[in-house]
Amino acid sequence: MNQPLVIAGRTFHSRLLMGTGKFSSSEVMKNALEASGTEVVTVALRRVELDNPQDDILSAIDTNRYLLLPNTSGARDAAEAVRLARLARAAGCGSWVKLEVTPDPHYLLPDPVETLKAAEILIQDGFIVLPYIHADPILAKRLEDIGTATVMPLGSPIGSNRGIRTRDAIEIIIEKANVPVVVDAGLGAPSHAAEAMEMGADAVLVNTAIAVAGDPESMARAFKKGVEAGREAYLAGLGHSKRTAEASSPLTGFLRLN
Amino acid sequence: MSFYDQIQAFEWAEIGKVIGERTSDDVERALGTRPMNLDSLISLLSPAAEPYLEQMAREAHRLTQQRFGKVIGLFAPLYLSNECVNGCVYCGFNARNPVDRLTLTVDQVMAEARHIRDMGFRHLLLVSGEAPHIVSMDYLKAVADRLGEWFPSLSIEIYPLDTSSYAELIEHGVDGLIVYQETYDKDLYGQVHPRGKKSDYRWRIETPDRGGTAGFRRLGLGSLLGLNDWRTEGFFLGLHARYLQKTYWKSHISISFPRLRPAAGGFQPRFPVSDRNLVQLLTALRLFLPDAGFTLSTREPATLRNHLIPLGITLMSAGSHTEPGGYTNITDAEAQFEIADSRSPEEVAGVLRQMGYEPVWKDWDAAFLRS
Amino acid sequence: MEIILNGQKQVFSEPLTVAGLLDRLGIHPKSIVVEKNLDIVDRENFERETIRDGDTVEIIRLVGGG
Repeated sequence: MNQPLVIAGRTFHSRLLMGTGKFSSSEVMKNALEASGTEVVTVALRRVELDNPQDDILSAIDTNRYLLLPNTSGARDAAEAVRLARLARAAGCGSWVKLEVTPDPHYLLPDPVETLKAAEILIQDGFIVLPYIHADPILAKRLEDIGTATVMPLGSPIGSNRGIRTRDAIEIIIEKANVPVVVDAGLGAPSHAAEAMEMGADAVLVNTAIAVAGDPESMARAFKKGVEAGREAYLAGLGHSKRTAEASSPLTGFLRLN
Repeated sequence: MSFYDQIQAFEWAEIGKVIGERTSDDVERALGTRPMNLDSLISLLSPAAEPYLEQMAREAHRLTQQRFGKVIGLFAPLYLSNECVNGCVYCGFNARNPVDRLTLTVDQVMAEARHIRDMGFRHLLLVSGEAPHIVSMDYLKAVADRLGEWFPSLSIEIYPLDTSSYAELIEHGVDGLIVYQETYDKDLYGQVHPRGKKSDYRWRIETPDRGGTAGFRRLGLGSLLGLNDWRTEGFFLGLHARYLQKTYWKSHISISFPRLRPAAGGFQPRFPVSDRNLVQLLTALRLFLPDAGFTLSTREPATLRNHLIPLGITLMSAGSHTEPGGYTNITDAEAQFEIADSRSPEEVAGVLRQMGYEPVWKDWDAAFLRS
Repeated sequence: MEIILNGQKQVFSEPLTVAGLLDRLGIHPKSIVVEKNLDIVDRENFERETIRDGDTVEIIRLVGGG
């Protein structure tokens, strides 16, 4: 049962997707990516700073080694998300996109209506769409129905490090999904990542918790282990508390009479 | 992608072998796994799980009550026709069996339906052999149109159709589709269905996919128990049900547990399924599929039916006749199989109440949504 | 000519191609994307596409993000 992760026909051996925001330097990020074992890294799109134009993140990411997954962060509605996705493709990122539509500037919670709308347009346009969503099982199925490559439910708000507060709903999403479920956002510690994987998530995406750690490289390695431990525990079959058996057999007793 | 594509990953013989090798350790681990996965299902279906039957029964009972409450739905089958072009070796309607054939006229259907309605039923299952020249789309639509006002829920258990025909029937008020695969073993399937359209395994196994695509509110599955090794059959049933639940997530999936009954033609089950086996199959699948409906027909005798109810059953037929015209004695056409529980619907409802269950004659009325 | 460049008014003495603009700003054309009046300018057309008075130009690049 320990098969590699397959998203949109592409095989990955690491189940940890990593974000590249909030690192103190390119060098620190590069070492953290290396230590995490990740094969998918997310990037964002921003205006070039005209007074400091030479800051190029791609010089720090080996695109032969990592799949670039541009996000549409900053988009407040479907039209903006589609525009950002197309810009990312034109920038040479390929056709994968992490779809984020977050009209609320405080918690950056995803807008389900605009996300579905944008996903439809982008899939029509040939994109491989990985949507960031609230842990809403019906929305997950609606997105899967129109052809998204994954669903990426949040554990808790972006950058909050609060762990998996949406556990019950994510369990339903995992149970019902035919596409990989990637738990995204809010995973603040390797134990949170392990918890998601123990629940049967196919992968997790981590950024802030690694980027802002005292030692990001060590933390990346710790998340790698957390993801692997959780996956292995899931495959091994977690033991649950056993009910004590009762001596009498009223439910199947009738079988003895035959 | 259909279930036909999914099933290619699983070898019948290999699954049977793995089931046979399970140990009590595997079973105990499976009993502690939440949610159940395919691996746990394999363990629960194995011979090694037999000593755990009471524990499985308790858990099945608990899960069913938690999900469905203390209610049992009641329905009645209405046989439209015993005409059939197929040669299913176990079936009384087999084209080569020299039996009286009859297809009810629409008026005769209404006479039968009135009788069934007078017994209290509001959930009707229309059954027919494979006779598309007689039991045609026009006939089915005419029947559905007339029955709609009497029966808020209409299901069909007839020969497989294409997606657009299903969509048409849904337009005419049919909301449930039942189709038994009979056996998921492709080789045996070919042997017991030697002729006719039914010999096409793929067409058959993709029928629920077509029904799900068309938008049936309810999809029903089943294997004919006795044709083949029930443990392996149980695995594929579980696999199919879970696939359908995930793919056609707006449809409710149910499973029936038909054991082979004596019928014209005198077919003998090659793999008899004991009561104990039936309990293991039912409870293993309930643990694997807490949300699925489980249907029990009048093929089983009254006492056994009473005992099986708490183990996961959610839907029962009662007072059934399995020959066209059987409720109103129009003719003496041949029945599909012999009935074992001949209690009246009232008696069955009475027993259910005694056991603490609410008999439900009608649980869904689509009419108020129709324009 | 006056254009809106990344949201700011900028004045240039003569018309420019996209390539000319990037050169003037000291931006290497690799791994950036240019949008003129909401239309993406194909990389192959950087030499040919002219920026005119009143155009809105966005120069976008990839940055770190989650």
